[in-house]
Amino acid sequence: MGEGIDSAKLMPWLLAPGADFRATVRSFKTVDPDEATLRRLAATAMDVSQLGQLGRVVAAKRDAIAAATSFLPIRLGLVGSHTLDHIADALEATGLRHSILLSLEKAPYGLVTQAVLDPSIGFAAGSVDYVLLSLDPRALGLHLSELSEGGAESAVQAAIDQMILLRDGIRGRIGAACIFQTLVPSTDPLFGNFDRRVAGSSRAMIEEYNRRLDSILMDGDLIVDVAYIAATVGLARWNDPREWHGAKFPFALEATPLYADHLCRTIAAARGKSRKALILDLDNTLWGGVIGDDGLEGIALGNGSGTGEAFTAIQQLALELRQRGVILAVCSKNEEANALLPFREHTEMLLKEGHIAAFVANWNDKAGNIRDIAATLNIGTDSLVFLDDNPVERALVRRELPEVAVPEAGEDPADYPGLVARAGYFEAVSFSDEDRKRADYYAANAERQRSSASVTNLADYLASLEMVMTAIPFDATGRARIAQLTNKSNQFNLTTRRYGEDDIQAFEADPSKYTLQVRLADKFGDNGMISVILFDKGGDTWSCDTWLMSCRVLGRGVEHQVLAEVAAAAKAEGATTLTGHYLPTKKNGMVAEHFGKLGFTKIAEREDGASDWSLDLASYEAPDLPIAVERSA
Amino acid sequence: MDRDQIIEKLVPLMEDVFDEDDLAYSDDLSADDIEEWDSLSHVRFIAAVEKAFKVRFSTGEIEGFKNTGELVDALTAKLG
Repeated sequence: MGEGIDSAKLMPWLLAPGADFRATVRSFKTVDPDEATLRRLAATAMDVSQLGQLGRVVAAKRDAIAAATSFLPIRLGLVGSHTLDHIADALEATGLRHSILLSLEKAPYGLVTQAVLDPSIGFAAGSVDYVLLSLDPRALGLHLSELSEGGAESAVQAAIDQMILLRDGIRGRIGAACIFQTLVPSTDPLFGNFDRRVAGSSRAMIEEYNRRLDSILMDGDLIVDVAYIAATVGLARWNDPREWHGAKFPFALEATPLYADHLCRTIAAARGKSRKALILDLDNTLWGGVIGDDGLEGIALGNGSGTGEAFTAIQQLALELRQRGVILAVCSKNEEANALLPFREHTEMLLKEGHIAAFVANWNDKAGNIRDIAATLNIGTDSLVFLDDNPVERALVRRELPEVAVPEAGEDPADYPGLVARAGYFEAVSFSDEDRKRADYYAANAERQRSSASVTNLADYLASLEMVMTAIPFDATGRARIAQLTNKSNQFNLTTRRYGEDDIQAFEADPSKYTLQVRLADKFGDNGMISVILFDKGGDTWSCDTWLMSCRVLGRGVEHQVLAEVAAAAKAEGATTLTGHYLPTKKNGMVAEHFGKLGFTKIAEREDGASDWSLDLASYEAPDLPIAVERSA
Repeated sequence: MDRDQIIEKLVPLMEDVFDEDDLAYSDDLSADDIEEWDSLSHVRFIAAVEKAFKVRFSTGEIEGFKNTGELVDALTAKLG
């Protein structure tokens, strides 16, 4: 059974409709709607009733709207094997959200092939720009298993052949482009997990159909990945047998706003109406805290804390978007020097100044700044998305610039990447030619796949990683992360000594301490700070106080390269011996032989398992490892 | 929740779903009386009622409702 959808949470990036929603819509029965008001209404999370209310206004006033606004008119034909009314009702209002003004033609209920092929029943030639083929597995004979010999293949091929027939009719007779949909599998299995291995199970046939569907698209045809949309909602919520049996709805009624949004964003993308630039606030949007108050060491960013990682994830998304061609800009209320500081000096910043096409940090109002940014970039304000944690700034921009998309960022930065990505602001329908700059990102991923697949020799693999280790003394920038690592690392931690930031700060200035903070980057990206080393300098003997490492980089030879650094430094200051100590805990058994593996000799072992180790520097030779070392930040 | 309380909560819901202002409730209201009440808005209406009252009707119940009075009776029975 369908499990119900909370429509208020279906599209969390949208603001809830105002209490005056219906009154505003109704006022358009007497006056023509204006673009700003339509955009403000359409930018809210309308439920199916509200979509219908606004949609009826759009249908009734289409000519006036087309004449007086920038919404792009598009004619869409709807063909379906099920009820289309609720979808049609939602589309016109949703279209406004994506800057398109839809006019709809509905084929008679259930008449799929006839509507496409027979001009006396279906659409006249040249009457629509797109035809949506909204078919469900039942219409294509893929809803029931096909367990006879060869039955699965012929069922899938028959379904694909049917789509080819429809495609040729739409393109040939009607002269429109097709909008295909992937099929959503049933919530209910036949065998269970084994379904995926039985070619004739409904689920396996639907997967195979979805795979083949891509190959029948021709130039200008679009595809809406309904299987994916359903997955984001959850199959048990998406599929609602009661609404199918009772009303022939292909999916739960309350999922309609999300479906309509995906359909409209796809059409809008094909017509160049996707957004082009992402404007980012800084404080509490790209990092936690206020740079002007908290300073470089005080802001939350990067590995270690959940909050810091959440902000890293936002930066990762921005960087990914940039790599596929989305323009990044900054709009922040800040002193410019403060705003730039993290970009220039914070080691955990993924975004650099060079990634930002327009950087505006001042105390002017943000609506004005956003207009300036659009002018600088030479794009329309309707191409912009503005991400800001501050509800006051969001409200101001929505009021002054209703054509700017403003995701309703909530309290938790962990939600931000999902809000921006799932809103479909930057929907694309092609990946080619002018977008080729995006390829870097995909190339790196593909390379990672190939590396693990083809390199069987470990040494070759490590060499192929192109590792670069940065080993520098403790400093103010790294202080918080160093303290955090000493407090959080349990497994690869020889002595498990916990230090606060004040301790770390003291070590920075203490000439009797040798300190290292170690970062590791490879060709796939930056692993961040992965090791912390602290030695007490004696005259002849340097004694290891702390040696910890992130388990993420186990097996890369990092600890050997770190030892080479320590040994070289100790020799340079005239020491002859390094000593190491292992203090066992419940969690650090994996490093009991750490110093032994590095070539130290065990000199003592106590009853509790603790051990002391020694390395004679005169006979130590640094290993030759495929890790380049940088000794400045 | 008694019958009157249910009706009081139901009326604004109906106004919103059927896009009607100042809807005058009576037990014998049906699709014949309200312009926007068609098969589609009926499904919407039931979905909105289920959400607002946190109940769920079976396929058979939905098919069985002949007028608002029967719906209110069903709600009274479920919530009573």
